[in-house]
Amino acid sequence: MVGGLFIIITSQNYLKKVVGLAIFQTAVFVFFVSLAKVLDGTAPILTKMANAYSNPLPHVLILTAIVVGVATSALGLALVLQIYKNYETIEEKEIEFLELKSDK
Amino acid sequence: MFDIFLDDAPALVVVLPLLISAIIAFISSKIWPWIISIITLLLHLFLSLHLLKEISVSGLIIYEFGNWQPPWGISFKIDGVNIGLQLLFSIFVLVSTFYSRKIFLNEIDYRDSGKAYSLWLLAVGSLNGIILTNDIFNLFVFLEISALASISLIALGAGQNRKALLAAFNYLIIGAIGATFYVIGVGFAYAMTGTLNMNDLVIQLAQYSDGQLAIFAGMSFMLIGLMVKAAIFPVHIWLPPAYSYAPSAVSTLLAALATKTILYFFVRLLYEVFIIYPSYLSLFLDFVLYPLSLLAIFIGTVIAIYQDDIKKLLAFSSIAQIGYITLAFSLKDHIGVASGFVHIFNHALIKGGLFMAVGYFAILYKDRVTLNSLKGFGYKYPITSFALLICGLSLIGLPLTNGFISKLYLFQALYTNQMYFSIALVAVSSALAVVYFWKIVEQMWFSEIKFKSEKEDAYIYLPIWIVTISIIVFGIYSTPIIEFSNLSADYLISGYQN
Repeated sequence: MVGGLFIIITSQNYLKKVVGLAIFQTAVFVFFVSLAKVLDGTAPILTKMANAYSNPLPHVLILTAIVVGVATSALGLALVLQIYKNYETIEEKEIEFLELKSDK
Repeated sequence: MFDIFLDDAPALVVVLPLLISAIIAFISSKIWPWIISIITLLLHLFLSLHLLKEISVSGLIIYEFGNWQPPWGISFKIDGVNIGLQLLFSIFVLVSTFYSRKIFLNEIDYRDSGKAYSLWLLAVGSLNGIILTNDIFNLFVFLEISALASISLIALGAGQNRKALLAAFNYLIIGAIGATFYVIGVGFAYAMTGTLNMNDLVIQLAQYSDGQLAIFAGMSFMLIGLMVKAAIFPVHIWLPPAYSYAPSAVSTLLAALATKTILYFFVRLLYEVFIIYPSYLSLFLDFVLYPLSLLAIFIGTVIAIYQDDIKKLLAFSSIAQIGYITLAFSLKDHIGVASGFVHIFNHALIKGGLFMAVGYFAILYKDRVTLNSLKGFGYKYPITSFALLICGLSLIGLPLTNGFISKLYLFQALYTNQMYFSIALVAVSSALAVVYFWKIVEQMWFSEIKFKSEKEDAYIYLPIWIVTISIIVFGIYSTPIIEFSNLSADYLISGYQN
């Protein structure tokens, strides 16, 4: 999680930022799934063998969150593509330089 | 037959725009997407009015999806807190959609207008979901739908200025971090209580009456996530570029409603759920929200003075205005919360009107509106300019406008809490607002260049004037806004005093 956040903050490349965001979100998904584990629990399927079940609800929530995450990454990548088409670079420093030049 | 639909009105106000948005994405006509949106939003308004009628009878509606009883199912809750906001939302969305047609035709390719209105309705539906939902995870989903829809809408501004892409990208990254923080908080809350329903959460949290570190961590994560989304001061950096490079119609919608709905949920979470831990709450309000609001008011106003680009100026003034709202919410009493809601209503109208007028100027001028470009506009386009003047005076808080009512209530709330320093600061920043607004007025009416008046487009100035007249009407006859705000505060604060 911290790794993902670190990538977002430090990297100068927009593509890397999107990847960092994906890592950050995935870490949170894993955190959610780990909440669901019940000691000695099995998958929540009705059988006579089991005496404890893991909680299925966080998995369902995360299924939703994964969809949201995919949409976010897809939109992020689409924006990076458009930025590349408009500026011919996706490095933050170079774009700042270009903008400074065009403002003058 | 019609009654069946009315029973499902709480769900329909959200589902209807979402459903229609999926359909109109495939229409590539100049006018049809707009007509369909208008019809949808008229229905939306009708449903909201129906909800108002029901609320005035019963006082509370809990709508359970698929008849799953809470706490298992997702539910929507409509009560005195959000009915006023729902109504404002419905009306303002209709007006701004009416306004948006000519703006969209000028700013984006007409073949894209189906897609643009599809995103528009997506944003409308999901923002409405934020107002109604009673489930903390469901909120995250709506938060992200609305964020993704508004990011795409902001990126549509790239046809005008490529910086819109950078603004949209920054909003995406910062917004997604905020939303993910919120989800971490939800995870902590769920781990400790096993529930996501807000009413049930209150009950379940009560068993940890002395408080647990995990819960406080979760609460902090949730609040920080929402603060990012609501653009509260130190985490507001995504807002000014996003508002100023978006197409004008989009800035209108976002500035007037997007942050407001999230602020509403923020205050609801504070006063309805986290109220269980009064010591935590007052710690957060007194030492985090209160100083940050003061900083937001002061810094937002000062930065606005130095802006040359009018849309950026308005965006920074939004930061300051959000500061006024959070300042009122940090007061922990009835009048404070009520004055916060008054300002939510009034500021939505004021900023909406201002962005509408400036958006029209941007089209007339065919470039970004800077201070210099406004020279002589007061004579050239008198109808729109006069509306801009009234909205601006209301932003400063002159009597006879609804901005005055906001300021009056805020001063009253601060005075009863004996916060004289804040009163002074609010007064100073109102005076500073005169400075940045005067710069606009000076360029528009007092520059050497004189133009003859030109014809203005009734389709555009009509909605602007609807908003402007409502500003004056609510400035003189402010009872409805104050009643709705008091109602909201009644519901929220009653929990605090018990």
